[in-house]
Amino acid sequence: MSTTEETGAEPEEAIVEPDPDAVAITINGRSVTARRGDLVIAAAERAGDYIPRFCYHPRMSSVGMCRQCLVEIDTGRGPMLQPSCMVTVTEGMVVDTESETSKRAQEGILELLLANHPLDCPVCDKGGECPLQDQAFSHGPGESRYVEEKRHYEKPIPISDLVFLDRERCILCDRCTRFADEVAGDALIHFVDRGNATQVNTFPDEPFSSYFSGNTVQICPVGALTAKPYRFKARPWDLEQVDSTCTSCSVGCRISVHSSRDRILRFQGVDDDAVNWGWLCDRGRFNFESVHSDRRLADPLIRTAEGLATTDWSSALSLTAQLVRSALADGGPESIAILGGARGTNEDALAWSMLADALGVERRDARLGDGVGLDLLDLPRATIAEAAAASTIVLLAPDLKEELPVLHLRLRDAVLRSGAKIIEFTQTGSGLTRHAWRSIRHLPGVGAQTVAEALAEEAVAAQLASGPVVVVAGRANLAESAAALSERVAAVLSAAPDARVLSVMRRGNTAGALAAGLSGSAGAAQILRDAADGRIDLLVLLGSDPLADFPDSRLARTALARVGRIVSLDGHLSASSEQADIVLPVAVMGEKSGTTTNLEGRVTPVAQKVTVHGTARPDWMIALDLADRLDVELEVSDLGDLTSMIELSDDGRWTRPFGATAPTFESVVGTNYDFRLVLSRRLYDAAVSTAASPSLASLPGGRGLSVHPSDLERIGVSSGDDVKVIGSRGSVVLPVCVDDRVNRGTVWAPFNQPAGERSEGDVRDVVDVDASVTDVRIERLS
Amino acid sequence: MSRFNAENLSLAREIIGRYPRPKSALIPLLHLAQEQEGWISEEAMREIAELVGVTPAEVRGTGTFYEMFHFEPIGRYLLNICGTMSCALMGAGDLLHAAEEELGVRAGGTTPDGLITLHRAECQAACTEAPCLQVNYRYRFRVTPDGVRELISELRAGSLADEIPPHGTLATVRQHIPADRAVGAVDPDEDTSPPSWVPVSVEGAR
Ligand code: SF4
Ligand code: SF4
Ligand code: FES
Ligand code: FES
Repeated sequence: MSTTEETGAEPEEAIVEPDPDAVAITINGRSVTARRGDLVIAAAERAGDYIPRFCYHPRMSSVGMCRQCLVEIDTGRGPMLQPSCMVTVTEGMVVDTESETSKRAQEGILELLLANHPLDCPVCDKGGECPLQDQAFSHGPGESRYVEEKRHYEKPIPISDLVFLDRERCILCDRCTRFADEVAGDALIHFVDRGNATQVNTFPDEPFSSYFSGNTVQICPVGALTAKPYRFKARPWDLEQVDSTCTSCSVGCRISVHSSRDRILRFQGVDDDAVNWGWLCDRGRFNFESVHSDRRLADPLIRTAEGLATTDWSSALSLTAQLVRSALADGGPESIAILGGARGTNEDALAWSMLADALGVERRDARLGDGVGLDLLDLPRATIAEAAAASTIVLLAPDLKEELPVLHLRLRDAVLRSGAKIIEFTQTGSGLTRHAWRSIRHLPGVGAQTVAEALAEEAVAAQLASGPVVVVAGRANLAESAAALSERVAAVLSAAPDARVLSVMRRGNTAGALAAGLSGSAGAAQILRDAADGRIDLLVLLGSDPLADFPDSRLARTALARVGRIVSLDGHLSASSEQADIVLPVAVMGEKSGTTTNLEGRVTPVAQKVTVHGTARPDWMIALDLADRLDVELEVSDLGDLTSMIELSDDGRWTRPFGATAPTFESVVGTNYDFRLVLSRRLYDAAVSTAASPSLASLPGGRGLSVHPSDLERIGVSSGDDVKVIGSRGSVVLPVCVDDRVNRGTVWAPFNQPAGERSEGDVRDVVDVDASVTDVRIERLS
Repeated sequence: MSRFNAENLSLAREIIGRYPRPKSALIPLLHLAQEQEGWISEEAMREIAELVGVTPAEVRGTGTFYEMFHFEPIGRYLLNICGTMSCALMGAGDLLHAAEEELGVRAGGTTPDGLITLHRAECQAACTEAPCLQVNYRYRFRVTPDGVRELISELRAGSLADEIPPHGTLATVRQHIPADRAVGAVDPDEDTSPPSWVPVSVEGAR
């Protein structure tokens, strides 16, 4: 500590520091420049001095819970033991992480933490990657003086469908509980009881059913929390890993894919400053199970008199080429259409787009009637970081917690920690409603006026003028036309002309597929209409399932029934591919390499970790092969060629101007129907990646119709009853439930939910994609 | 049944109104629930969670931290016999035995008629008067085993009803603040005045 005087004196003289944020400190005798606001533990780590810790997590607030990070810190009053995760650096501070006293304190704490720890490492999932194990080794006393009985609890108890808790192993670091409360906003686990009996637990019968529960398993510094899909599947030293990107939604969270013996066993979140900060949602984290599902397609299928039958690739591909040739000969390129591409890589989309270009096929769309208009993608695009740093975030979006969960976390954080203000326009309320500065409810179809009026209010206008504005735009209601969204966005932009727009899309690589060119003269709705009119001879489905995913199920059904031939490229057999003439099995994420583009336009790698299932191939390879067979020259011969075609803009993103004009919104006049339908997605739905993942398959809430209590009373039905929902094009029977978050005069139904035991109707049967909104009447079944 | 009765519900609302943030009323409402029922049931915790806008897990987590909240039914009288050092040295063990024998329940149990719950307690801050006990948090000092037996028979006979209120009564949440004396709730974020005990000189504050 003899350096205290000197270092304390030096900065006084060198006061003309160029960087006002630099703080000169001494760590273990070396002079180090830290940043103002740095915690000692972080500054030391950056300087190469690792201080042991359990509760400290760089993405959460410090709580000083475990005391493992005690080190001697001298701020001029002599060295004192202080928890380095609770102390910020100050000029001239002297830190000694390795002094006798520091070491003794750290060893003491470790001995204390181990006093009640069962030390069942040999049967613990965390063993081998356990911070407690590792730090007991590196910073522990080596031996315990504790010989008494340890505390006992029932070994792992399920605290949700996905997570188990072993309270004996818990060291009470408050990471999981802090995460649940602070980051996820689902304070469903909490410390219960006191003293030696303190334990993490849920409220009885209220499980930790957070969409983000898997993160607690990842950040638990011991083996107290384990996830059902990974429990007892592998030991860390048997795992191979590679960095990749989650493509379950368009946030594009960075992940590390862990596999053993050629099976994917888990995804771990990777901390990427720009995107996910290490967090994942449970759907993205656990739906890798679908990769190894027995529903995967192993070989090409071809329609025969008896239905779909297995065939070999060369027959399947030559037959496909033949179908393309005859469609070209009979109806020209206009008679061919391509739907999908958003579930593949950029390279997949590029190859198919080039093939379509070469054949002159113009009808293509990577969206499925549920995307944003291309006009919105032409607007100045915001990044997630820009949205989070904006002073005002205008939400014209679906419930992000349900659709783009980690974006929800980032924006929630922006409100709670950076003071961003959210102005939300919503038809049902959302996970961010309680954090919104203004949450404005509106009926489907009548938004633009509401938006303009709300933004003209004096306080709101002042807020908009106070700093950068980012609009988060997406389809909040799939029973309302995309034009309504464009109109609302236009209303915001006329109030805040400099606002940037972050367009949200559900499917992982929608942005990449559109940039690659899978967006042509006709959108999905037009393609299906043409098909229904008998004008499409060949429909190519690139991993898309219009029968399940297109909001207007009648149109989708008619289209697929009337279309000449269907070629489907899919990893699993879907409702639509079951109707195909040829099904080509494709490699899914985890089985192929390439890149993907998230909603910001950010291009990140996806990596192959396991061997493809059966004889499946990546989509791009199929496109190249077909090109060969059709004698068209694509000027690319491998994956690398395709990747090199991605041209990043100056800000490192892949976008392209679409030159699209905003669709005109036909304003709705009142109808004699009673309710306006809101149709929106929930995190867990009937998507194959969820349905084919055993741990997630039971999580979707199922079909139904939510109605405001007083509306329900008016119709005279009670929650749980079946009602008949009548639209202009048909009717469907659904169970109702009461929900006071639903606006009066609207009814809300979740999109694409699995049918329950009572074979319920599909609400999409009453949706008319040509109408601006969907109005319905509700009748009780007598 | 164990939700707040009408009178207590309106009192609960009044208590919430005293704080800038509803969450701050959590502990007073736990007292209120315990006053009404003698203990705090899951249903009561759910209701409090709804009232103050937190999750039931947070209510349970907060409540169970405190020894004086009870999450299992408690008899009309809670007999806390101190078992910490001074009392232990002065014969608290004999008191506990006497009580167990007299009541026919072990420490932690409640008599079948629901009248008395017996607990072994930690130091009650009356060490100079050891051994001591509390009935519904009302003290008895320098108690003897005979004293315990006598106390129990008095409780059974109901002759202490005036002196010892039913379990749960703490009086603190009962206070009504007259309007002219209420300070009103100031949101901490809005309060810019310095803490009253720190003389602040902006000039010299560097
Ligand atoms: S379960 Fe794990 S994360 Fe949660 S408090 Fe215990 S040790 Fe920490
Ligand atoms: S938020 Fe989206 S990208 Fe991130 S883990 Fe979830 S599904 Fe994957
Ligand atoms: S890491 Fe600092 S107290 Fe836990
Ligand atoms: S030890 Fe019994 S009151 Fe202190």
